[in-house]
Amino acid sequence: MTAEKLEANGHQSTATGGARVKRGLAEMLKGGVIMDVVTAEQAKIAEDAGAVAVMALERVPADIRREGGVARMSDVSLIRDIMAAVTIPVMAKARIGHFVEAQVLQALGIDYIDESEVLTPADEENHIDKWQFTVPFVCGARDLGEALRRIGEGAAMIRTKGEAGTGNVVEAVRHMRAVSGGIRRLQSLRRDELMSAAKNLGAPYELVLEVHESGNLPVVNFSAGGIATPADAALMMQLGCDGNFVGSGIFKSDDPLNYAKAIVAATTYYDKPDVIAEVSAGLGRAMRGIDVATLPKEELLATRGW
Amino acid sequence: MLALQGDVREHLAALQACGAEALPVRTRSELDAADALVLPGGESTTMSRLLRVFGLEQPLRERLAGGMPVMATCAGLILGSRRVLDGRPDQLTLGIFDADVRRNAYGRQVESFEADLAVAPLGIAPFRGVFIRAPRVENTGGGVEVLASIDDNPVAIAQGPHLGLAFHPEMTDDLRLHQHFLQRAASALESNVA
Repeated sequence: MTAEKLEANGHQSTATGGARVKRGLAEMLKGGVIMDVVTAEQAKIAEDAGAVAVMALERVPADIRREGGVARMSDVSLIRDIMAAVTIPVMAKARIGHFVEAQVLQALGIDYIDESEVLTPADEENHIDKWQFTVPFVCGARDLGEALRRIGEGAAMIRTKGEAGTGNVVEAVRHMRAVSGGIRRLQSLRRDELMSAAKNLGAPYELVLEVHESGNLPVVNFSAGGIATPADAALMMQLGCDGNFVGSGIFKSDDPLNYAKAIVAATTYYDKPDVIAEVSAGLGRAMRGIDVATLPKEELLATRGW
Repeated sequence: MLALQGDVREHLAALQACGAEALPVRTRSELDAADALVLPGGESTTMSRLLRVFGLEQPLRERLAGGMPVMATCAGLILGSRRVLDGRPDQLTLGIFDADVRRNAYGRQVESFEADLAVAPLGIAPFRGVFIRAPRVENTGGGVEVLASIDDNPVAIAQGPHLGLAFHPEMTDDLRLHQHFLQRAASALESNVA
């Protein structure tokens, strides 16, 4: 049912696309796992395993990293196939700053857009003005300033960047600690120190003030980029994230369905090591992974976005 | 407060603001300790799977048979229904409400909306309903009381001590529906004891 129809039927001030419904969907995903999928069949496996949403992609980050070339928004038919295959929300990625890819994804009726550093950026200075869209956006961040800049542009959900496609959780941990440490520092400041803090963070003053008062980001914060095992997923939850994105980690493992189930369970029971031990048994090999320290600087994805 | 997945934190805060003692439930012993239960918003397929895998389905059905009052919002309402339309065939339903529920009946996320609702027991002041990929209640049975509707579709229903909502009162600062549920639950629990 559309807003117009509801209004015609006498309901006052009905609205779609407001900040509350956009941020609200992310609230519903909390405590859950969002999985990268490249086919409708993988999307069904993800749904069977208990994913709260899927990210429709042409290539998982590990393959983008290996194959190189320009990584763009996924093929429209592929996105449609995946949307038709599952009942849970479907997300898709647009290039940083590529607002037309975002317009196309909105026209397709996608549930969430990830303006993502995993794709090749289309603009090296500006991100998408996300307030112009009805569909909500999730954006990556490495620290509090970056998170607040994206929220200032209209992001309704944040994920820490990590280093996608490596199967190495070290960068996800670094970024999650940077965001939560940044929040704690803001809380400890006096009010007359907040403008200077906003300048140093490169973040809008109003959002700095809001974080200072509430002690939280104004939107949900998931972790992403390198989560490969149930223990990784639980680690990120214990560090304070609201849920996990798992990209290459699932479909690059030996046994994707059981891997996916185990990561879902470890995200729910993140503080119960006996459950994590139980679900981790007999899973076979995780994705092989890359030591981030051995990657040349120009191959790092997390440094994209500004 | 069922806390397998979803917007648990907001419900806990709303219940605590109403003066209730509210705790997350993820295990059988936590369920045993609860007098009443909130089924939150989230993904019904995910919660449904976790309830089964972690052995909570049977104990929960027993508590429901024993009359434990339930407040169910959005995905929770789907779990609490008699039958899910447009869901997954293996989706769990608890049959708390004598009603069918159609998943994502209002469309995808871009169709998610807010609307002012007239909710019968709350009197004249409207309640701001936040609908996110909301389900629609269909084919209600005789025991179901409709508290609010959009067009002819119920969006707030009650059955005995239970309250079922297609929208998210926990996403607003308006505590009236949580208070209403706590009153309903308290009077049901008192009459059980008596």
